[in-house]
Amino acid sequence: MADPMIAVDNLTVEYDGNRVLNGVSLDIQRDEVMVLLGGSGSGKTTMLRHIIGLEPPTSGTVRVRGVDINRCSAKELKAIRCTMGVAFQESALFNSLSVEENVDLPLRELTTLADPIIEIMTYMKLAAVGLGEAGKRMPQELSGGMKKRAAIARATALDPEILIFDEPSAGLDPIVAAGLDELILFLKRAFHMTILVVTHELASAFRIADRVAMLYEGSLIAVDSKDAFRASTQPRVRQFLDRVPDPITESKAVQEHIRELAGLTGAKN
Amino acid sequence: MNALEAIGSGVIQGLDYVGGLTMQFWSGLRASPRVLPFAGRRSRWQTAMRQMAAIGVDALPIVALMSVCAGFILAMQTGTYLKRYGALQYVMDVVAIGFTRELGPLLTALIICGRSGSAFSAEIGTMVVTNEIDALRTMAIDPIELVLTPKYVAAMIVIPCLTIMSNTFGILAGAAFMYISTKIRLAMYLQYIFNSIEMRDIFTGLLKSLVFATIIVNVGCMEGFKVKGGADAVGRSTTSAVVRSTYLVILADAFFTAIFYLVHK
Repeated sequence: MADPMIAVDNLTVEYDGNRVLNGVSLDIQRDEVMVLLGGSGSGKTTMLRHIIGLEPPTSGTVRVRGVDINRCSAKELKAIRCTMGVAFQESALFNSLSVEENVDLPLRELTTLADPIIEIMTYMKLAAVGLGEAGKRMPQELSGGMKKRAAIARATALDPEILIFDEPSAGLDPIVAAGLDELILFLKRAFHMTILVVTHELASAFRIADRVAMLYEGSLIAVDSKDAFRASTQPRVRQFLDRVPDPITESKAVQEHIRELAGLTGAKN
Repeated sequence: MNALEAIGSGVIQGLDYVGGLTMQFWSGLRASPRVLPFAGRRSRWQTAMRQMAAIGVDALPIVALMSVCAGFILAMQTGTYLKRYGALQYVMDVVAIGFTRELGPLLTALIICGRSGSAFSAEIGTMVVTNEIDALRTMAIDPIELVLTPKYVAAMIVIPCLTIMSNTFGILAGAAFMYISTKIRLAMYLQYIFNSIEMRDIFTGLLKSLVFATIIVNVGCMEGFKVKGGADAVGRSTTSAVVRSTYLVILADAFFTAIFYLVHK
């Protein structure tokens, strides 16, 4: 098998002694759409932030195109980041800039292209996500779905090889969410991008994924093709797929805490 | 925690803060040429121009008002005592030297701390909370260069200009007092002022204003970059930016005044 585009090896992350990721290893191959599933608080976003090099891990490595992003030089990291596009959960558009200024920012900052070329490229990127006529509008004038699409246009501005999405369909209605799924598939087909999507939306995951990985309490409990994942018998995967809630009030920790609050900790013995 | 631990912890935190501030200052300084017109990027210079309007032009009315009031108060307070000794003319020296060396730069810096230092912190803090700073990093764009440096270049240009305006308004307020109290005309007053102040008085004031500009921009931006959490954290960073930049400006003022005193002695 070819070298993976992204190779996460034994990634461990702790915040104030609290372990959030527990020795996670995951390879993402060129041209594949990898969906990272997991419940709230499972460590998905933490893993994403480490893959894009926003935070250093407690231990373990993250290699992007073979380069360890936590031990490379600033110049290498910049080169790596130029090949990655990231669409954040809350879009993270610059509110002081218009939509087209948001999209042309990386082109103006990181290339030496002439202004007319940048204008054409910006329009093409916006048109590709269906926002060709919204370029002059400010981010606060856009709907949630339009903001997400504008964020995708900005993420693709430099034609990255790797595209990363954090909860792309969170908070969107099913029609807009389905539209975003199709857009992700279009980007993969048209530009042969390697795509990592962090989500907990099952319908979206099974529509766009080549492979699916699932995090549970900071550990990777499954990495499989979407069909194999769907047929998994792993109890936590099944619980997630079958939407079975945790018995919250029966959990041992909750019972213990209630006992403590009621001053019954000593009475037990 | 015993007293020694508390002192040690405070010293380490202070050194950590000053270290972070120095590193940020150095990064901003290195990126400054890329903001300048002709040599740098056009969009950066345009941003710096907008900042100049926000930091400088918009602050001019309040700087003018405060300087006129401070100049008039200074003249009245010193005039009351000097009049007893028949030395009322020295009010002009006090106002001229006091403003050019001390009050002009300090008053301007304190106004800019409150107006713009807080605005820098709130702007950048909000960008942190909404992931805009993270987005810049993932796009391989240095937030210091894009966000801080235009503000720094703008402040380095407009704060000395505002200081000169503050000096002018303060001295003119002194002229008003002298006219009211002794009927000294403006031309004579100005001639006396030009004779009493030296170029080094003006230069030391302007040098101070450059240091104050550096402190205000770097502290304001650093407090913004340090934001963790939500809207309440942005509010706290704004308060912290004003408080820290104010006391650092006053400390720097005391330090430079002592240096100039020793040099001129």
